[in-house]
Amino acid sequence: MTDSKYFTTTKKGEIFELKAELNSDKKEKKKEAVKKVIASMTVGKDVSALFPDVVNCMQTDNLELKKLVYLYLMNYAKSQPDMAIMAVNTFVKDCEDPNPLIRALAVRTMGCIRVDKITEYLCEPLRKCLKDEDPYVRKTAAVCVAKLHDINAQLVEDQGFLDTLKDLISDSNPMVVANAVAALSEIAESHPSSNLLDLNPQSINKLLTALNECTEWGQIFILDCLANYMPKDDREAQSICERVTPRLSHANSAVVLSAVKVLMKFMEMLSKDLDYYGTLLKKLAPPLVTLLSAEPELQYVALRNINLIVQKRPEILKHEMKVFFVKYNDPIYVKLEKLDIMIRLASQANIAQVLAELKEYATEVDVDFVRKAVRAIGRCAIKVEQSAERCVSTLLDLIQTKVNYVVQEAIVVIKDIFRKYPNKYESVIATLCENLDSLDEPEARAAMIWIVGEYAERIDNADELLESFLEGFHDESTQVQLQLLTAIVKLFLKKPTETQELVQQVLSLATQDSDNPDLRDRGYIYWRLLSTDPVAAKEVVLAEKPLISEETDLIEPTLLDELICYIGTLASVYHKPPSAFVEGSRGIVHKSLPPRTGSSESAESPDAAPSGAPPSEQPAVIPTQGDLLGDLLNLDLGPPVSGPPVATTSVQMGAVDLLGGGLDSLLRSDVGGSPAMGGTGFTAPSAVMPANLGPPPSGGLGDLFDLAGGVGTLSGSHVAPKTVWLPAMKAKGLEISGTFSRQVGAISMDLLLTNKALQVMSDFAIQFNRNSFGLAPAAPLQIHAPLAPNQTVEISLPLNTVGSVMKMDPLNNLQVAVKNNIDVFYFSTLYPLHILFVEDGKMERQMFLATWKDIPNENEAQFQIRDCPLSAARCACSRPSNQKQLVPEHTAW
Amino acid sequence: MIHSLFLINSSGDIFLEKHWKSVVSRSVCDYFFEAQERATEAENVPPVIPTPHHYLLNVYRHKIFFVAVIQTEVPPLFVIEFLHRVVDTFQDYFGVCSEVVIKDNVVVVYEVLEEMLDNGFPLATESNILKELIKPPTILRTVVNTITGSTNVGDQLPTGQLSVVPWRRTGVKYTNNEAYFDVIEEIDAIIDKSGSTITAEIQGVIDACVKLTGMPDLTLSFMNPRLLDDVSFHPCVRFKRWESERILSFIPPDGNFRLLSYHVSAQNLVAIPVYVKQNISFRDSSSLGRFEITVGPKQTMGKTVEGVMVTSQMPKGVLNMSLTPSQGMHTFDPVTKLLSWDVGKINPQKLPNLKGTMSLQAGTSKPDENPTINLQFKIQQLAISGLKVNRLDMYGEKYKPFKGIKYMTKAGKFQVRT
Repeated sequence: MTDSKYFTTTKKGEIFELKAELNSDKKEKKKEAVKKVIASMTVGKDVSALFPDVVNCMQTDNLELKKLVYLYLMNYAKSQPDMAIMAVNTFVKDCEDPNPLIRALAVRTMGCIRVDKITEYLCEPLRKCLKDEDPYVRKTAAVCVAKLHDINAQLVEDQGFLDTLKDLISDSNPMVVANAVAALSEIAESHPSSNLLDLNPQSINKLLTALNECTEWGQIFILDCLANYMPKDDREAQSICERVTPRLSHANSAVVLSAVKVLMKFMEMLSKDLDYYGTLLKKLAPPLVTLLSAEPELQYVALRNINLIVQKRPEILKHEMKVFFVKYNDPIYVKLEKLDIMIRLASQANIAQVLAELKEYATEVDVDFVRKAVRAIGRCAIKVEQSAERCVSTLLDLIQTKVNYVVQEAIVVIKDIFRKYPNKYESVIATLCENLDSLDEPEARAAMIWIVGEYAERIDNADELLESFLEGFHDESTQVQLQLLTAIVKLFLKKPTETQELVQQVLSLATQDSDNPDLRDRGYIYWRLLSTDPVAAKEVVLAEKPLISEETDLIEPTLLDELICYIGTLASVYHKPPSAFVEGSRGIVHKSLPPRTGSSESAESPDAAPSGAPPSEQPAVIPTQGDLLGDLLNLDLGPPVSGPPVATTSVQMGAVDLLGGGLDSLLRSDVGGSPAMGGTGFTAPSAVMPANLGPPPSGGLGDLFDLAGGVGTLSGSHVAPKTVWLPAMKAKGLEISGTFSRQVGAISMDLLLTNKALQVMSDFAIQFNRNSFGLAPAAPLQIHAPLAPNQTVEISLPLNTVGSVMKMDPLNNLQVAVKNNIDVFYFSTLYPLHILFVEDGKMERQMFLATWKDIPNENEAQFQIRDCPLSAARCACSRPSNQKQLVPEHTAW
Repeated sequence: MIHSLFLINSSGDIFLEKHWKSVVSRSVCDYFFEAQERATEAENVPPVIPTPHHYLLNVYRHKIFFVAVIQTEVPPLFVIEFLHRVVDTFQDYFGVCSEVVIKDNVVVVYEVLEEMLDNGFPLATESNILKELIKPPTILRTVVNTITGSTNVGDQLPTGQLSVVPWRRTGVKYTNNEAYFDVIEEIDAIIDKSGSTITAEIQGVIDACVKLTGMPDLTLSFMNPRLLDDVSFHPCVRFKRWESERILSFIPPDGNFRLLSYHVSAQNLVAIPVYVKQNISFRDSSSLGRFEITVGPKQTMGKTVEGVMVTSQMPKGVLNMSLTPSQGMHTFDPVTKLLSWDVGKINPQKLPNLKGTMSLQAGTSKPDENPTINLQFKIQQLAISGLKVNRLDMYGEKYKPFKGIKYMTKAGKFQVRT
């Protein structure tokens, strides 16, 4: 007597037979027939032809039969809308049934019948059920509103169901609250602009109370909803955290992760000195570890999230390295994720253990995993300097195994190690060269060629080695071709006598026989460099390279902060913001971490509340694989780069922008000389700072007042006298002085370029680094004629504020790169803020007050203005206008 | 929320589909099949698969893929937890969860799924409540139903659904009132070839079987609650009481449930109850290798280690093995290269040993991966972490219940590298 008998009647006339049975007088037979129909439906057979017969069975007092018919209706109503109307009366009647189970069932099923015509009949019963005395019916009705909204959003709004739903958040029954929250969240997702989940301290309190009493699934909805709330101060944040913490001990991993999200987000607001902050950090570790003992699918999602958490707050899991050790029968997707986290947690304290593990993994069977393990060894060497030597010897051991893919991966990472620790491990080159023939993957070949070129002077037969690659030049992939070209030019510059023929051969291969524009361009540039000025060529090609930084695959900090807000969601699994992949995410609101409002910091200016750590703490993200030469060649002097210099993993040269990288490092070393820039001629701006534009480096609003106040008027007509930004001695003879001005709504940078060198300068170009207000050149630098020695040219560069934004310190700092035919020069300057103010910023009093209120409290700062020459009245009016004008520009922080 | 569910068997047939919103065509599963093809083994199919319009989240249990389809941003853990809950429910209802059983009970399965989710929102996932709504099939009930014409769908609102203790129904009555607690600990460990512990942790659970009349309020206290610093509780446990007094206070669900699970982390010292001595050598240039392993007890607190089972995945180069065990049975499958040895009990006076030779593929060099030895064992009447229940008290009811407690230690993922 099993249900499998329902599948056995596959002979012809089956439908006909069922029809007869459905219309039978015997209850039992009817029920059996409906069961057969449902069984066919579940396996995907089309039984829609039986619609009228099944609907006829609906009027029954047998609950099971009723449920079965409902199941059928939900599936086929869409294809038979006219027939579905027949069922409406029964639904309406069932909504009045004394049995709450039947009332709930009716309202639930009606919502699942996705037929427009039916929805109209649904409104009245639904309204009644939303106010039903039985909470079971109310909670079912709450979900029904979400269903109806999915079918006909306008109808739901017109009927005022949304307000009723909002009222249910204050319901006495926690289950009803949870379902109301769930329904509202789903509706809000398709209506990001609507203010559906308008949370205030009272409703938050309701939610927190319901959190303790509702089901695990309800807790997830409530926690996710809480995460969107912005507490007004750190005390409120702490009290919410305290009430959420017990959820970390829940058996349902989704509840745990949602609680982690709320805590991670609200923690931002707590002062680090607080005892509670430390306690909270300690409490977060155990539940995260516990997630790893769950089923592998749960582990995978947990690991992807832990990856984010470890990047944001490494201190939470720093002692838990061992739980990330890989077990040989973990599924591959778990293994790879664990490996990633192991490297992130690697430190001097645990590196020995980690290395021993990685070496073990490198002998496993799974190729992908082994490759990643080998790569991980290289990353450890780069991350933990003390371990570098051991890593290199481990890699050499692995190369001795002669397992092809292990050798190739090892060579790729050894190249990175050379970049990080130059002149330390070159003794291993001989071993590497022995394996030259076994390399068949482009990345490994390119890495090996780079090594040969870079250390050509130490490899006796470098020319032979490179020549052997040259034979099949056109069959190589682009990255190998580019590397080969560069390597041979390097070789030529190091050993010009023996390799002239080789270099000519490669140059002609690259320029004449290749279809690849990148390759051709690079070939031509080398050719011209070598033919015009070999000394300069040497300086360019063999220039000292910047060291690569330790971690190359960190998520960019602003993205990381956004992703922290999405812990536990699909976004956290893909490490992409939802806007990047969720379908129909029209106008998804970007979430950001709340600013810290610790009392110690409230004295600081509003702009000192960034979402991330101060720049000095940010891990260095520097492009690793590029070659300085390649970067120079590809120096993009058009519009400024928009993205941050994210590390690329490909060896493809020239894909990275030197300017971005250079200026970033400049930023990190604060405004001042940057040793990392070597001979590129960087000017310390403090030395040449004009007196009236040189506020103390404390930054913030103080400067803003200084500047605005000092300028005295906000009309925009004031132009400070030109000051020297880049002295000639720092820039190989090019002197730049300038100032900023604002004329009739247009910002411009007025420059005076003087050539104090003995040679002609040409090919000028300019680029700005990302800055606080997105200042960027609106047009390229227009200097047509070459600049003769001792000649001066005056030029006005129009600017706009559509460039990429990054908060600078001080706020009005601008970092500029100027290129000419000699070199690239960097300097930084401060621009007066008034150039950003719009002239027509006058506001009505009411409107101004409203705007003032709209600025969040944390942006407000109070301080005394001393020795101010302005009268009190003047002060009062100039200060608000500063604020006001800045509002639209502040959105990025 | 959760849109649809597809059940797919290992040969790639979709044998059940359920939609909670609009119908999603089963062709969406093609993306799943693609991913399945790329992953060499069923276990390696990635749990989250993106498709152009949907996301497929799947779990693989009992040789069945449970594939959930979602369309909007939904917490993936939520979906995966739910899928596991579906599997648990099936197991609870039908004893086993397999394709055959699901097909045999397709209508009940369908009804249960309908009760578990409404519009993609979880509705009733507690098996206590589900069983009140839809009674699990039993032979007796089927017979009774056919005679009396009654159904296996409850027509009363489940009593627990909206009370403050949603996990317990009212009006429970037993003639024998009993409460059993099983403390079960699993050791996960990685031991390196020299026998030292690389990592070891304990996953423990306390499973309860409570059959008590009325609304009993229980408290359970431990001799050494300090061990439990990383715990997950059943919703019935009063968290505040635990925080302040380290006592478990709760009104239990009726029947079987997991009271708490805990984790004793790698940082604490974990006792390792067994050791494995191994000598496996692949000689180069010879077609024979030596193989010998011995299993012995280590820190067992005087208890017997039983149910010992050794498995090892041998390298591809091993053609066959000729081994002699000192006790138990052993098999080697030359196709899958899986060696398994059912050892049974360890007698400390005469340690079990498996010894012999391996015939290797001629001409190939030494295999570069070493086999890892997987160990299973059981120790009765011991919780290896040292956790001990102090006492169980009952309030709120007058009768005297029968109380029982059992301890057991098992190997979880216990691996020895060679």
